[in-house]
Amino acid sequence: MTAVDERPEAEIGKARRRKEDAHLITGRTRWTDNLSVPGMLHLAMLRSPMAHATITSIDPTDARSRPGVVAVFTGADFKDVQGNVPCAWPVTPDMVNPGAPSLAVDQVNFAGECVAVVVARSKAEAQDALEGIDIEYEPLPPVLDMDQAVKDGATLVHPNTESNRSYTWVFESGAAGTGAPIDDALRDAEVTVSRRFVQQRLIPAFMEPRAVMVEPSGEGVTVWSATQIPHILRVMLALTLGLPEHKVRVIAPDVGGGFGGKIPVTPEEIISVLVARRLNKPVKYTESRSESLMAAHHGRDQLQDITITATRDGTVTGLDVHLLADMGAYLRLVGPGVPILGAFMYNAIYKIPAYRFVCEGIFTTKTPTDAYRGAGRPEATFAIERIMDELAVELGMDPMELRRKNWIKHEEFPFTTVAGLTYDSGNYEAATDKALELIGWNDLRAEQQERRDSNDPVQLGLGISTFTEMCGLAPSRVLGSLSYGAGGWEHAAIRMLPTGKVEVVTGASPHGQGHETAFAQIVADKLGVAFEDVELIHGDTASSHKGLDTYGSRSLAVGGIAIVNAADKVIEKARKIAAHLLEANEADLEFSGGKFRVAGSPGSEVGIADAALAVFAAHNLPDGVEPSIDAEATYDPENFSFPHGTHLCAVEIDTETGMTKIRKYVCVDDVGTPINPLIIEGQVHGGLAQGIAQALFEEAVYDDAGNLTTGTFVDYTLPSAADLPSFTTERTETPSTTNPLGVKGVGEAGTIASTPAVVNAIVDALRPFGVNDIRMPATPERVWRAIHGGGKHRAAGGTTAYGGASTSTSDGDGGDLQ
Amino acid sequence: MTKINVKVDGVSYADEVEPRTLLVHYLREQLGKVGTVVGCDTSNCGACTVDLDGRSVKSCTVLAVQADGGEVTTIEGLAGPDGELDPVQQAFHENHALQCGFCTPGMIMAVRDLLRENPNPSEDEIREGIEGNLCRCTGYQNIVRAAQAAAGVKS
Amino acid sequence: MIPAPFEYVRPSSVAEAVSAIGAAGEDGKILAGGQSLIPVLRLRLAYPTTLVDLGRVAEMQGVRDDGDAIVIGAMTTHHDVMHDPLVAEHAPLIAQATGTIADPQVRHRGTFGGALSHADPAGDLGAVALALGCEFVASGPGGERRIAASEFFHDYLTTALAPDEVLTQVRVPKLGAGWSSHYEKFNRVAQAWSIVGVAALVRRDNGSIAEARIGLTNMGSTPVRAAAVESALAGADVGSVAAAAEHAADGTNPPSDLSGQADYRQHLARVLTKRAVLAAVGS
Repeated sequence: MTAVDERPEAEIGKARRRKEDAHLITGRTRWTDNLSVPGMLHLAMLRSPMAHATITSIDPTDARSRPGVVAVFTGADFKDVQGNVPCAWPVTPDMVNPGAPSLAVDQVNFAGECVAVVVARSKAEAQDALEGIDIEYEPLPPVLDMDQAVKDGATLVHPNTESNRSYTWVFESGAAGTGAPIDDALRDAEVTVSRRFVQQRLIPAFMEPRAVMVEPSGEGVTVWSATQIPHILRVMLALTLGLPEHKVRVIAPDVGGGFGGKIPVTPEEIISVLVARRLNKPVKYTESRSESLMAAHHGRDQLQDITITATRDGTVTGLDVHLLADMGAYLRLVGPGVPILGAFMYNAIYKIPAYRFVCEGIFTTKTPTDAYRGAGRPEATFAIERIMDELAVELGMDPMELRRKNWIKHEEFPFTTVAGLTYDSGNYEAATDKALELIGWNDLRAEQQERRDSNDPVQLGLGISTFTEMCGLAPSRVLGSLSYGAGGWEHAAIRMLPTGKVEVVTGASPHGQGHETAFAQIVADKLGVAFEDVELIHGDTASSHKGLDTYGSRSLAVGGIAIVNAADKVIEKARKIAAHLLEANEADLEFSGGKFRVAGSPGSEVGIADAALAVFAAHNLPDGVEPSIDAEATYDPENFSFPHGTHLCAVEIDTETGMTKIRKYVCVDDVGTPINPLIIEGQVHGGLAQGIAQALFEEAVYDDAGNLTTGTFVDYTLPSAADLPSFTTERTETPSTTNPLGVKGVGEAGTIASTPAVVNAIVDALRPFGVNDIRMPATPERVWRAIHGGGKHRAAGGTTAYGGASTSTSDGDGGDLQ
Repeated sequence: MTKINVKVDGVSYADEVEPRTLLVHYLREQLGKVGTVVGCDTSNCGACTVDLDGRSVKSCTVLAVQADGGEVTTIEGLAGPDGELDPVQQAFHENHALQCGFCTPGMIMAVRDLLRENPNPSEDEIREGIEGNLCRCTGYQNIVRAAQAAAGVKS
Repeated sequence: MIPAPFEYVRPSSVAEAVSAIGAAGEDGKILAGGQSLIPVLRLRLAYPTTLVDLGRVAEMQGVRDDGDAIVIGAMTTHHDVMHDPLVAEHAPLIAQATGTIADPQVRHRGTFGGALSHADPAGDLGAVALALGCEFVASGPGGERRIAASEFFHDYLTTALAPDEVLTQVRVPKLGAGWSSHYEKFNRVAQAWSIVGVAALVRRDNGSIAEARIGLTNMGSTPVRAAAVESALAGADVGSVAAAAEHAADGTNPPSDLSGQADYRQHLARVLTKRAVLAAVGS
């Protein structure tokens, strides 16, 4: 026992440099593709070059005779055992899921679908042998355009379905009892503004291509995978392939980004397990970037028809949303639920009395879609923030005044919205006022006027996005009510080692976020131990046996609270030991700074490390007390967390070329109590870059045969450092009242908020030209056409058009005020 | 197979390679230098950046046979004998210039090259100097800060 | 991805290179810097049986003064071209345009002659070579010949080089006093190819423009000269640059692709030509 009374400095709130960095900056990494096991074979996938076709013949004979080739398998080899790539979210009872083979058997439904797998001694030999597989297809018409796909008589993607509509999901506030009937609001509206917005198809484009290595062992397998979801993957592999769950071990080693793109169970994972078991050999598969862009799931891709109603004085009275959401060819793990997550967010920060949300999930012959950073909420936030601007124009109001008039005031929290969620806390006024000041809003407005007056070829535009989002997925009861196939809890365990060091086990599965650092800060404060003395264990179902992984900005707001709860249990267990050693009553002990003391009796104390050593020795424990102060906890959140903020963007548009340049980007985010401001800032920066990329740079484009045109980074244009500005990121702190740390998620906020801020700024710059919408990404060509077409001539036809060259842009460009 | 002699991170190697072997695959698969990674097929992402004869190159767009007789430095060769970090590595850590870390080896090699050519770059020069390296996590802002810090430039 | 197998030959002189290329036959391919070729091989869009690597042909590297011209070895890297004092003195347009190519790593490997021989109309150097009136020096089994820039580019990825010829050097005429230049590039993201680029060379005389040469990038299947602009600018004053630039797209047949349709490219050509000429004359 030490007598030094030294309370450590609080770790929570400190800009700790990350524990994770040491191996990443020195190249001592364990990406899945870096790993190997003895005797390992390599896989290469043959992928369909056709969007939609029946397979008339496959002959792998030549491939099997190529050098180094061990085996070649086609769908026929696995059709009885491969099951379906799992979808865990049947959003409606009658949702149609036609099934999703890992290896296509009779028919291919998107370009990039796996049709055969070569197993060879080297990766090069496996790739060489792909050319020896003789395969013939009978083409079917591609299904590319959602408007066309839902029409009677449309070509069916899947022959075993009656339509291309997988589901129709409806929420209406009158029926739900959360607000007034939408039909009344539409009927009585003084002002109505309608738009069709297009959420273009995006590609998550994590930097580490997906990889999976499988080592078979008896009845089971060990799977290393570049996944966000080792725990869910284990369950799903067991269920899909009939493997005994306890014989399946899944490890997510270093994982290089995900952004939702590594959420689903993938065909490649299932194929790798099947091959490893069939050959009883370890195998590894690593996708190329071209394969990743083509076949790893895509995101967004929604057509949003939205109508807002208001009184003449600017009080919003109703919101009516109808989505067509592209599922692509198959339903992936949570694909159907992604647009449904948006259902709760269209009303955003506003007090809207009546609301309807209808979403139709549509099959097309494109790459399947699933979660991409924000998952449903960016789409919702974009649509509401865009149409608030359009409503402001219609009303002749300042767009910020319209927002202020309708948003929930800080004194009105907790506030139950028309979508049925209860926002626990927030202060939209404070974040907005701070953001306006930081960007110098009034000066920029004045400059804008000057540029307009002088007909400056470079015009200035100012865009607003006042957003909130729901994250910290998720209360299990809510997920149950949405028919999701799992809960939303998270698990943690704390193991106190005899030397006073601490192992923390989490079911969250990091892939760049900084869990090891932030969670250590929390534990250090809770237990009064040194930050350096805390080690996080994660990403291996053998050591972190229970969890629901990382997505939906849940790790801190859910997983972090599980850790807090486990720490509380450790303290309570240690308290018994300390009381025994101090010969005091438990009730008289105070715990702070890692030490138990008898209240009012300074001098005698027992540290938590002393308790850990005491239970290790177990020589002198109170009767009936087990020799352990380890504890675990599983936390199921009562509610989501609702980060919010105000994002402001100033763009300069070169009206001669259409080039948009972000001049200034300011955001004030409220993510509650900060654990590590450095990590928060990093999350916001990265989120902004992805949201801005949707607004300006990225789109997955298909040609009219259904082939992905943007199949490499040459054409799928991720922004580089030279394409992005420096951001001004600040915070307000309104703690969440839902969890004991007061934290809210931060992983997706920047992406959710930034896209409409940029597009609103562009449209603001172009309003004098009669422009009232712009298709994303707002490429120079689109901006130029918008200017020179008087707002009528939106996206160019041809290859840049939505859904490929065959799609008319006239009914989809939202070009005219309705 | 073709015989090559290369010096990698200070160690000389003599190996047989297929002519089609990319330098990055030689480093990863024959030398076990898996710190250098492959992020794309088209020379866009820069994750595979190493120094070849004192200049940064994308090792996925160089054949191993082209490096014959050359000297390669990878991310694994930067730290000193006692593990002291290169100033750019240190700056990446101090400035939270990495998240998932997959682009980081290439990004660090690119920043080192930039600072070798231009020891005192402006923000724009830094941004252009690393335009051949894609990062999906950081939004680049802290990478720019790290480069400034490593250059001793006040941001 | 991994390229398909091929044989590899590494000549150390132009003579050896020419015979290696001849021996490799029609399925052989010349490897210069490899920055375009290797990605093509990785994506298995080409299956050469032999690669002839020019990387060790010392006589094809570097820049030298040759009286009324500077001579740039075809295997001189973009990086070396950008930093070469002769280029800076006599052909700053080349240095500037080269600095817009791809990114630093690619410029460390990619070569001046490789880029020109590849003849991608979206590449930046073709328009520059046209505007400068460069001469291309090719070696083949029959010896050496010179090809005027205006004769070099035949079609998309196709040049005047015979299958058994190799581009060894490019002669860049020294322009003399009074000339100034600018390369104006327009692309969507920093490392992307040009949507349109304009190389402008202008000779001023007594305040007006005596002579102008304008090369256009990605305005057709080859780099092209904007002849109508050149004639409109001859003898014009700076105030009439904008009007002259209106002719920039005359007679062009640019591609339509993801980055822009033909009419947008023609519009850009006019805007960028105006900007390039004005920048060249320093206003």
